[in-house]
Amino acid sequence: MLAADLLVAQNIGFGIIAVIMVVGALRVVTTSNVVHAALWLVTVLAGAAAQYVLLAAEFVAVTQVLVYIGAVMVLFLFGTMLTRARIGSEKEVNNKNWFMGVPIAVLLLATMLIALNDGFGSEELPADPDTLVNTQMISDQIFGPYLLPFWALSFVLLAAVIGAIVLARRD
Amino acid sequence: MLVNQFLMLGAVLFCIGVYGVIARRNAVLVLMSIELILNSVNINLLAFALRNGSADGHTFALYVIAVAAAEVGVGLAMVLLVYRNRKSIALDELAEMKG
Repeated sequence: MLAADLLVAQNIGFGIIAVIMVVGALRVVTTSNVVHAALWLVTVLAGAAAQYVLLAAEFVAVTQVLVYIGAVMVLFLFGTMLTRARIGSEKEVNNKNWFMGVPIAVLLLATMLIALNDGFGSEELPADPDTLVNTQMISDQIFGPYLLPFWALSFVLLAAVIGAIVLARRD
Repeated sequence: MLVNQFLMLGAVLFCIGVYGVIARRNAVLVLMSIELILNSVNINLLAFALRNGSADGHTFALYVIAVAAAEVGVGLAMVLLVYRNRKSIALDELAEMKG
């Protein structure tokens, strides 16, 4: 396959996945059923993993699938089911003045899109396979210059686990 | 592929997440919107990592994923606690700490 064909295929793939992600994200914030929102969030997270593959970040994509789609979604579904008497739609999932979110989000989006358009215009991503980041480079980063944040992150996770147990236990 | 297509996708997801945080009343749905925001940040980090040919963005994205997992764990434990005490997870009813 020619390089140009591959680029076209990448762009088509990006477009399809991006549309799925945006629709899923809109459903997450508009649906009135919490379980449906969690399942739409799965499509967004899976689409994000696919975009990471397009961005040549296969290790982060696998981590995204394992951590987000595997662990975080189970947590969300448990949280939904433990805080709800019944599965189904709720009447009052939005604030009374929820419509104030629309102009804020639209203004924020317009600002960001103008800034991005100004800043990056039609700059191309490098397509040279020699400059791509591989998993070995990531591990060299984590266990080299970013070792201290890695330790700190371990303590954050430990504290989060203990905190979650302490908060949620019944005594 | 353009840099901008990924950055704009991230911007759109970020704004949808911000809308969700503002509009939602259910605490679990607010946490889901925060996940949307964190994911858009990760897309930006990885787009810039590819643009600059550096592994820093990947490292940061992995750290963001780990912190997000910790945040969801603690957040849902707190939601569970609030639900147990009040039989409701509506955020606008939690006004005890209002000045």
